[in-house]
Amino acid sequence: MTYVIIGSCVKDDACIEVCPVDCIHPRPEDPDFETAEQLYIDPEECIDCDACVEACPVDAIYPGAGVPAKDGDSIDLNALFFAERAVVR
Amino acid sequence: MSRTRIAIVGAGPAGAFTASQLRRHGSWADIDLIERLPTPWGLLRAGVAPDHQEIKRLDETFDRTIFRAGCRFYGNVAVGTDVAHTDLMRRYHAVVYAVGAQTDRALGIPGEELPGSLPATAFVGWYNGHPDYCDLAPDLSHETAVVIGNGNVAADVARLLTRDPDELARTDVADHALAALRASAVRRVVVLGRRGPAQAAFTNAELRELGRMAGVEVVVEPAEAQLDPVSEEWLAEEGTFTARRNVERLKEYAAAGRDASAGRTIELRFLRSPAAIRGTDHVEGIDVVTNEITRDERGVLRARPVSEATETIPCGLVLRSVGYQAVPLPDVPFDERSYVLPNDRGRVLDLDTGEAIPGVYAVGWIKRGPTGILGTNKRDAEETVRALVEDLQAGRLNEPVEEGTVEDLLQGRDDVVTAAGWSAIDRHELAAGAAGERPRVKLAAREELLGVATGTGDAA
Repeated sequence: MTYVIIGSCVKDDACIEVCPVDCIHPRPEDPDFETAEQLYIDPEECIDCDACVEACPVDAIYPGAGVPAKDGDSIDLNALFFAERAVVR
Repeated sequence: MSRTRIAIVGAGPAGAFTASQLRRHGSWADIDLIERLPTPWGLLRAGVAPDHQEIKRLDETFDRTIFRAGCRFYGNVAVGTDVAHTDLMRRYHAVVYAVGAQTDRALGIPGEELPGSLPATAFVGWYNGHPDYCDLAPDLSHETAVVIGNGNVAADVARLLTRDPDELARTDVADHALAALRASAVRRVVVLGRRGPAQAAFTNAELRELGRMAGVEVVVEPAEAQLDPVSEEWLAEEGTFTARRNVERLKEYAAAGRDASAGRTIELRFLRSPAAIRGTDHVEGIDVVTNEITRDERGVLRARPVSEATETIPCGLVLRSVGYQAVPLPDVPFDERSYVLPNDRGRVLDLDTGEAIPGVYAVGWIKRGPTGILGTNKRDAEETVRALVEDLQAGRLNEPVEEGTVEDLLQGRDDVVTAAGWSAIDRHELAAGAAGERPRVKLAAREELLGVATGTGDAA
């Protein structure tokens, strides 16, 4: 299962900088960056490498199976963000 | 060549990201953070809610990339009163203003000044142990409190007013606030949104969290969760991912049956604006009008009162959270319309000539206005640092007439907090927290903070 960003994300872009497959969005240059309340990981692209987990200064990234119960919705939310984006584009 | 001396005024997130990025550029500069409070990290320490402890972990990154990377700290030093802008310009090649937005916007309605009517920011400072708000003593003796605004500060204060104090006791909430919240009579918090569910500025995470608190029920009137045609169209065409999820969540709250076992409720009301706060010598209630959403000629959505008729909500506390506002600094240009320092990508501009003033920069809320979240300041700081480094390379920085630093101006003062002083405060608070199974126990009073920082007193 891929990694998931939970709601305590502060949009520090350290994870984007280290992601080897560019699966964390929106990126600062994207039009939906400013309105996004957090960053999301594309479950279709993530390769489970762990680099973002190390980089996150607020520990907001978890392996899917390890997402705290109170943040369980974040798993769907990450996937849904990319599903909706695919429709828009 | 002599080293470049840079002063950053304000050690909140914007100043902190600026310092850490300047440091990442190399060690050619001496970087001094000057902060009016005895402690650094601004709203990370005094704004982020105590039940959002995970976000506060950013302080470790700041400590590592700033003070442990050699930047200096001068806490409890107010630029504009203790030290003048001109004094800094005599000594630094660059001065970066990162002072944020230090007041709240007013509602401009009758009764706003009554005791019991407070800016939500003061209440936030109070529960977070901000030295300026230790003695706020908000009145929690009435069953109902009203929160005006639909952003994350509004969500934070609604949560803090209703969350089980035993849960808060495991956070770094200020001790004086914990004691007051344990004795609180507040059982019902009414949150008023001027516009509708589609325009609410809550994040998905905050809105979800309200409904996850033990013993707390979120109440949304089914009729108020329904979107009007203008909002429906707007959400489909221009709505954000967050706005769509919020509308779904609010409909879920509206559809849920009432939970008789919940001891406390948060009522989210939409299309409601405050008209007047009632009371003779204290808040007794608030008059509210109903709005509708319209589109103006430029296509912007507006909330407009439907009629003069008002509904009165009896309450003892009104917390307004309708935005922050910056305060001008002596001797520094200020844009009176936008409430920011006039600037071009961080270079502060002379109001008369429109030209950049050599060596004066802005970052964070005082640069762009009070918007965005913590990480927004990182990109903002990148832009300002880029401008500063370009100016350095082009020989366009300020030319100081003296070799010294702010230290020259603080001779004879024994109440300035250095990075070592802050480290002493930090260790003291963490140790006190460990003893009580809390992340930290904050020192709130200025004298206590200074006592621990300077080693002249012991707060314990």
